[in-house]
Amino acid sequence: MWSELLQNPLFGIGLTLLAYALAQKVYQRTGSILFNPVFTSIVSIILLLLLLEIPYANYVKGGQYILFLLGPAVVALAVPLYTRRQEILSKKGPILVGIAAGAVTSIVTATGLAWLLGASTDVVLSLAPKSVTTPIAIGIVEKIGGIAPLTAAIVVLTGCLGAICGPEFCRLIGVRDPAAMGLAIGTASHGIGTARMLEVDRLGGAVAGLAIGLNGLMTALLLPFLVGLFR
Amino acid sequence: MVRGMAILLLLQFVGEVISRALEVPIPGNVIGMGLLLGALGLGWVKLEWVQEAADLLLAHFALFFVPAGVGVMVYFDLIAKEWLAISVAMVVSTFAVMAVTGWTEAWLEKRGRGHVE
Repeated sequence: MWSELLQNPLFGIGLTLLAYALAQKVYQRTGSILFNPVFTSIVSIILLLLLLEIPYANYVKGGQYILFLLGPAVVALAVPLYTRRQEILSKKGPILVGIAAGAVTSIVTATGLAWLLGASTDVVLSLAPKSVTTPIAIGIVEKIGGIAPLTAAIVVLTGCLGAICGPEFCRLIGVRDPAAMGLAIGTASHGIGTARMLEVDRLGGAVAGLAIGLNGLMTALLLPFLVGLFR
Repeated sequence: MVRGMAILLLLQFVGEVISRALEVPIPGNVIGMGLLLGALGLGWVKLEWVQEAADLLLAHFALFFVPAGVGVMVYFDLIAKEWLAISVAMVVSTFAVMAVTGWTEAWLEKRGRGHVE
């Protein structure tokens, strides 16, 4: 009976919603950034699946329905962009240059450090689009060569890192303006960072959403060219 | 609410079609975001049609990433092989991007304000 129930999408959907609701409660109670709800839900679901020896394939039967909603949610990012368009347009130069600087920094530091630490070429290439949203990152890696599943995992971890300590790190280094902070977090850690930024500040969240698209575009154009230089 | 959801899904679909037809490496949902922004600007879509659905989705934005994150468990072996280089490069690079992007934006904006106003 259990194995049949585990095949049902309700298992993955229910588990995700339950883990997320609990994670949010813990986050609100403790107020600690270490208990970022996305990160704690992911870790607790993975631990549960490993402990009960439930394959990922069973979980994703339901999980895919929740992942599906990410599509319209990304489209919905246009709404805060539209309502705050005057403020954003007035900063269009700094925003564009900021994202471009971030895109180059991401490629150079990620590949450079991995290379210095002796990583294999496959891993170096897989790290190159780490700050880009998953679907674009996968497309880029397939083009330049690298391990697509490894990139997918690195992209998610990068997102969690930015979500957990992005706003705190920005304040620490003196980036306090909500637009600049949103831009930094959206460029460095795409959608998962944007999710956290939307909780911190609405305008910052909108700018972070813009950065997902533009950083993806710039990296997709720049990276195949840069890789070509080293070949 | 239903109308808003329908508009968001329709624009995502049009975005998917454009992404595939033009073979651009930009996913359909990101193109859909651009389309909705354009449609709102041109007045083809009224803000109040999509506001409610958008607010609901954006309020739970983080939730939608959880299944993708759980997917990391499938690639543990791949990460474990070169975990040190991967983690150092990822962590340092993420902070470097935030610092460079944030500082650049703030600095240019400050400079721009000084000149214009």
